Formats: sequence, structure tokens, C-alpha cells
Amino acid sequence: MRYLPGQEVRVADRFHAGHHRTPGYLKGKVGEIQRVHNSFPNPETRAYGGDGLPVQALYQVAFAQNDVWEAYSGRQGDRLCVDIFEHWLEAVE
Amino acid sequence: MTDNEHSHPHGHDHQFPHVPITDEGAAAGRRVRLLEDLLVEHGLVSRDEVRQGIDWLVSRSPADGARLVARAWVDPEFKQRLLADAREAALELGLDPGPSPVVVAVENTEDVHHMVVCTLCSCYPKALLGPPPEWYKSLPYRSRAVSDPRGVLAEFGLDLPDVELRVLDSTADIRYLVIPRRPEGTEGWNEEKLASLVTRDSMIGVANAAAPSASASSARS
Repeated sequence: MRYLPGQEVRVADRFHAGHHRTPGYLKGKVGEIQRVHNSFPNPETRAYGGDGLPVQALYQVAFAQNDVWEAYSGRQGDRLCVDIFEHWLEAVE
Repeated sequence: MTDNEHSHPHGHDHQFPHVPITDEGAAAGRRVRLLEDLLVEHGLVSRDEVRQGIDWLVSRSPADGARLVARAWVDPEFKQRLLADAREAALELGLDPGPSPVVVAVENTEDVHHMVVCTLCSCYPKALLGPPPEWYKSLPYRSRAVSDPRGVLAEFGLDLPDVELRVLDSTADIRYLVIPRRPEGTEGWNEEKLASLVTRDSMIGVANAAAPSASASSARS
């Protein structure tokens, strides 16, 4: 478990050919670890008949809507909470 | 325009070609049948297993989720257990929390309103809510729920007051269940009566629980 609640993280801005569970709209965005779920088999290999091992830690990461969408018209403070696997997260100094 | 050259009004462009992704039409049904035939042919799944899966899914209903919510409304300690471990809480009420996906319950309060979407497919707490509604699986809901959630809620008839809106995109192994706020005017109600106010949509977070006067009307499909 590399990250703790409250820590800032960036979603890796990388292309991945094939099945993965990191939404494109968040790549490169900075959020805050909201919650540490558990570890689960990696869907990127499991989708192709693999065992998904080693398991990957899964985090709920909270993003400010205003950071994700330039034209966000809702309320300041609205957030988007998305579950992202550890190998898609980078520490923000 | 070929299938691989469709336009993208939904905010992304191509790194590799794909056919237009739509939820509708007979093409999806044909694709499912072909996939099923291939899986059976290769011995990965049997027809009986497919049928059992469908039977299980259609036997599930939002009434189970509603029982959890109603109990949480009357029993604060149960609510804490539900928030800590929804699977254990479901088992405690004799409900089937389903196979592996982990259900996490989140609570709407006077400060925060939660709303659930799966932008990547249609992840949904089926064991406790039954099959997801068609709109939940539609591309417009899946894209706009994250980019214009207040607009989507307004279309559902919910004008949120000045609270934080927290959209949960269930992209991985977690399935989210929203505990809506208990409606005013329900003091002293028993669990069964309270459960009748807990609509499917309120547990997805696109609506509040029904008002007491509306409790006789049934949920729309």
C-alpha cells in the first residue's frame, strides 16, 4: 500500500493498448486519496485469461470537478471520486 | 463515413480505431449470442450456467437494498455497520450480497449528495438492486453523469440545494450503494413502511427517497 488517505496523486498520462480500468478523462489529472479499498487482481491481464497477479491496491481518488473539466458549471467543491489501481498513480511532491 | 471514422462529440479522439460504441439495436443482441456460442463451444461456460446467471439476476430486486436503507434509518448502529461492511450488513438481514464484487455503501447527508455512475461499462450493485435500468447503461448518462452531473440530476427532477455533489465513478471492483436521506414526516414509521419510500433511483443517487405522500405510487421502470 503505497498511498494514504489525504495524499495527492497524479493519474499516469500514458497510453495502454488493451483493456484497462483507468478512464481516459482522468489521465494526467491530480486528485487526493479519499479511501484505500483493498487489493484486487489486475484487470489488464485478467481480461486476457491471465490470473491478474500480482494483485493491485485499489484506491478511491477524489478530484475537484473544476480540475477535471475546465467548463464545469456546477458548484465549487463538487467532487468526482473514482476507483483507480495503484500502478496508475504517481506521487505528487 | 466508415465504422472506424465516426465523429466524437463526447470528448475524446482516437489513438486506435474502433467501431462506434452504442447501446442500442439488434447488433448487441447478435454479438451476445455469438459470444455465448463461442464460450460454450470452447467449454468455458455451459448453457445451464448462463441460464442460472440470468435467473439469479432477474430474481434480484431493489427491495433488498431498500430493506438495508430502512434498517439504517431506524438503527444508527446498523447504519455504521452498513457503512463499514455492506456485505456483512446484508448477510445480517438475511439478504444475498451476491458473489465477489465488494459493495460499499455511502450516506447522503445535509452536506453531501452522492450519485453513482460507471463510465467504463455498467458496474452496478446488482445483488442488492437487481438489473440496472437501461438509462444507467446508456452512453449519454455515462458521459454526462461525470461532466454535467447537476444537469443530469435536474433532468431527473432533482434540483440539488447548496450541498457538495460527489459523483462516484465505479471503474473497478467496488459497487456503490447510496443511502438516501430519510424524508421528513416519517417519524415513528416502521421499517417496512420506510422501505416503501426507498426507490431504486434514490439508491443510485439520481433522486431523493420518495416523499411520504408519494409512497403509494410505484417506481417507474
